[in-house]
Amino acid sequence: MSEKKLSEVEGLVHPELAGVEVVEESGGDFSRSDVLLKGALAAGAVYGTFMVAPYVRGAFAAAGTSDVDILNFALTLEYLESSFYEEAKKKAKPSGELKALVDLLASDEKQHVEALAGTIKKLGGKPVSEPKFNFEYNGTAEFLKLAETFENTGVSAYNGAGPAIKSKEVLGAAGSIVQVEARHAAAIALQNGQEPSPSTFDAPLDEKQVLKAVEPFIA
Amino acid sequence: MPKLDAVSRRKFIAVGGGTSLAAFLAACGGGGDTTTMVTNTGQESEPAESGKGSETEQFGKGDIGILNYALTLEYLEAAFYKDVVKSGLFKGEELAVLKKFGAEEQQHVEALSGTVKKLGGKPAPMPKAEFPLKSAKSVAELAGTVENLGAAAYLGQAGNIKSPEVLAAALSIHSVEARHAATLNTLLKLSITPDGAFGKPADVATVLKSVEPFIVG
Repeated sequence: MSEKKLSEVEGLVHPELAGVEVVEESGGDFSRSDVLLKGALAAGAVYGTFMVAPYVRGAFAAAGTSDVDILNFALTLEYLESSFYEEAKKKAKPSGELKALVDLLASDEKQHVEALAGTIKKLGGKPVSEPKFNFEYNGTAEFLKLAETFENTGVSAYNGAGPAIKSKEVLGAAGSIVQVEARHAAAIALQNGQEPSPSTFDAPLDEKQVLKAVEPFIA
Repeated sequence: MPKLDAVSRRKFIAVGGGTSLAAFLAACGGGGDTTTMVTNTGQESEPAESGKGSETEQFGKGDIGILNYALTLEYLEAAFYKDVVKSGLFKGEELAVLKKFGAEEQQHVEALSGTVKKLGGKPAPMPKAEFPLKSAKSVAELAGTVENLGAAAYLGQAGNIKSPEVLAAALSIHSVEARHAATLNTLLKLSITPDGAFGKPADVATVLKSVEPFIVG
């Protein structure tokens, strides 16, 4: 199936997500986690980040899943954030308070990557390889917009995946990470002059056929 | 992909903004919920009996107990913000933030209360509370403490929840409390992540001990 371009779609809620490229460099095909990530980004771009949760939930429900699968999806999301913030240290030209924040964000996401990869190994699974990402933005304002959207996407994705997690310990780990993603989201929103808590519930309220709608945008 | 239908987008956005959680659970319980963790009928969320003595038993059995525990905390938060807004200690942007958070806590109260009823339980009563409102700084500090504690409380209970729908609801509130916490931490020029890269859960005893001083009669 030919991959359709998100950037060609009109009326995107988050056009900034359309500029994100996920490239599997290992020469292999996209992993399931890569596909889920691309789907989550597409769902967020087209419908808004609160729709990422039903997308994730539906995607996992449709194909069945193990805790390792869920953790690998989370890992891929964290790879994205970690890569984004590392690059942003220069690319976003942050100064003052924002510079300190970017350093913190980069450090947190790196720790999330390490923790998730470690947990996957502990469970006898294999952590997925890190894709290469291309992020399109210029300057601080665009960086902040994209950062806010990523963090909101992450919160929504974790909250969507949470109920599918079988182990209490893994759920606890995911919960401890999503809490920090939500904190990140609020902090970035404040830097951006936006509402730190835009919605009373970081939740999906309808489970729609997001999967089907998103399919044209993923490999 | 055709241009996104303006009406359906508005509907998504409206739905995302403010529909009560009780309505959400009604929608899920009604049909075709596709979460994979369902072990029983997967239709209605049933009040689950917990096999062991649970920390939240004083609030009710199983998920109802957990929801009532959360409800008690949300009552306190809502009352706190109400007092704070009335106190006149804040103005401008800061006041607006505190008002918004208070409104969200009130919506959490209503949603949790409605969910307990839907599960066939009796919602916990609203505790009578008094909060020290000496200065803007001390109040902001208290707000920060309460919100960080609230997030930790939800995280502490996530693993005990039996129903996937109730868990989804709890997670959706948990991350909002985290946003509140980070905002207050920012206002206070404290770290947005006081526990570092991973949030820490708090157990019931710790949480109740922390809020006990504010409950009167």
